[in-house]
Amino acid sequence: MGAYAYVAPQSVDEALSVLGEQASSGTRAQVLAGGTDLLVQMRSIDRGARTIIDIKKLAETNRLDVGADEIYIGAAVCSALMNEHEALKALLPGLMEAGDLIGSTQIQGRATICGNLCNSSPAGDSIPAQIAVRAVVDIANASGGRQLPVEEFVTGVGTNALEDGEFVLGLKIPRPAENSSDAYLRFIPRTEMDIAVAGCGVSVTLAEDGTCSAARVAIGAVAPTALLVPAAAEALIGSKLDDAALQAAGEACSTASSPITDKRGTAEYRRKVVAVLCRRAAAIAKQRATGA
Amino acid sequence: MAKVHVTTRINGEAREFLCEPHQTLLDVLRDELGLTGTKEGCGSGDCGACSVTIDDRLVCSCLVLGAEAEGAEIGTIEGVAGAELHPVQQKILEHAALQCGICTPGIVVAAKNLLERHPDPDETTIRYWLAGNLCRCTGYDKIIRAVQDAAKELAHSA
Ligand SMILES: Cc1cc2nc3c(=O)[nH]c(=O)nc-3n(C[C@H](O)[C@H](O)[C@H](O)COP(=O)(O)OP(=O)(O)OC[C@H]3O[C@@H](n4cnc5c(N)ncnc54)[C@H](O)[C@@H]3O)c2cc1C
Ligand code: FES
Ligand code: FES
Repeated sequence: MGAYAYVAPQSVDEALSVLGEQASSGTRAQVLAGGTDLLVQMRSIDRGARTIIDIKKLAETNRLDVGADEIYIGAAVCSALMNEHEALKALLPGLMEAGDLIGSTQIQGRATICGNLCNSSPAGDSIPAQIAVRAVVDIANASGGRQLPVEEFVTGVGTNALEDGEFVLGLKIPRPAENSSDAYLRFIPRTEMDIAVAGCGVSVTLAEDGTCSAARVAIGAVAPTALLVPAAAEALIGSKLDDAALQAAGEACSTASSPITDKRGTAEYRRKVVAVLCRRAAAIAKQRATGA
Repeated sequence: MAKVHVTTRINGEAREFLCEPHQTLLDVLRDELGLTGTKEGCGSGDCGACSVTIDDRLVCSCLVLGAEAEGAEIGTIEGVAGAELHPVQQKILEHAALQCGICTPGIVVAAKNLLERHPDPDETTIRYWLAGNLCRCTGYDKIIRAVQDAAKELAHSA
């Protein structure tokens, strides 16, 4: 298997300097969070030697804060821990349910939503949910760090905007306004432990009279990357989230998608299903936002 | 290749071991420490035969590096029974909730962790909690009944 090494830095600077050394010496380094993608890949499709940098010992990556303006979910926070946080569940139920869909109890005991994002699979369940709630990626690098909206982070199948020497510290999410909520739905052939055929995350904000004043819609597994669908949000904004508006938003999702055909479903089927998921997720988000 | 020196606690006892940087915790438990109660089914997170706890959180030991055990508290099947079997083990026997037994250690560790977190789970909760523990033999119903019965027993003895 060649020369593997394992390091668990105690500070962000130390992690960055290990990443920097690897980049300048041309050897391979890879960040480890929950390992639920990485270890599977290490045993199957990607056996090459590398230095594994475990980022779970850093104070920054273990942050889980619900602030007055901003929510922070660190890159070492596993799904199970996230879903035990009552305030988070109340504020971001859609993102939490996306985390709760990833694998079994055992997988959720390790898997992080930042790892889901960095793995950058088209079917990564939490990615559309992250986009729907306006999550921004907090990236550490040697020049003081940078921030990037999630919808700009994934660049293709399994590729993302991280440069050599960078890693993700966590996600910053604006605290949802009053009368806001979100939802995420996916379709899989089984009820547990499968890869999404299509997924859709929706967030909505309602005015006093129930009119939708803000919305975000994102789709997954129906294009090379998860996509923000502005046309779907526009169909919802200004409406009472009635059937006609939901129908229009669903159609916008179908139009925005460019799915593939594989054993889990044909392109045509996926295009249909993503519209259904959008309508249902929007209806759930609405119901949650009204506090029902 | 430099081995990693790890200091950890396993089933309440301080343990030290050396492992390869890419060696899984499952392989360390079985091959370095002789704790062969933890089983390997798939090696890819799908079957749950390798279930252990790390700091009381249920995980697949095939998807954790041995090196990640540094400073942690690991719980394996070997630590479940005291002088007597744990109620989950006893009820699995009584309900005949095993045949070949390869999945059983993982199911016991997972079910015990469930009952520690949710002492009175409904059937749906049990089924979802154990969804990552595959069993080729029993058809699951007997396992669910055994866990329900163990929950009752634990509630009585508490
Ligand atoms: C049985 C099983 C079922 C699964 N089911 C699902 C499912 O239903 N839906 C789904 O979407 N996924 C699923 N997955 C895939 C996986 O669990 C998720 O993608 C998970 O969220 C990955 O997170 P992690 O923390 O384990 O990532 P890791 O495996 O640690 O890392 C994944 C990748 O991201 C990189 N990375 C991780 N963190 C950082 C960081 N902070 N900075 C830079 N790079 C980083 C790693 O180098 C690696 O390339 C499943 C996996 C298994 C084994
Ligand atoms: S051996 Fe670990 S989940 Fe199957
Ligand atoms: S008893 Fe044989 S796999 Fe469960």
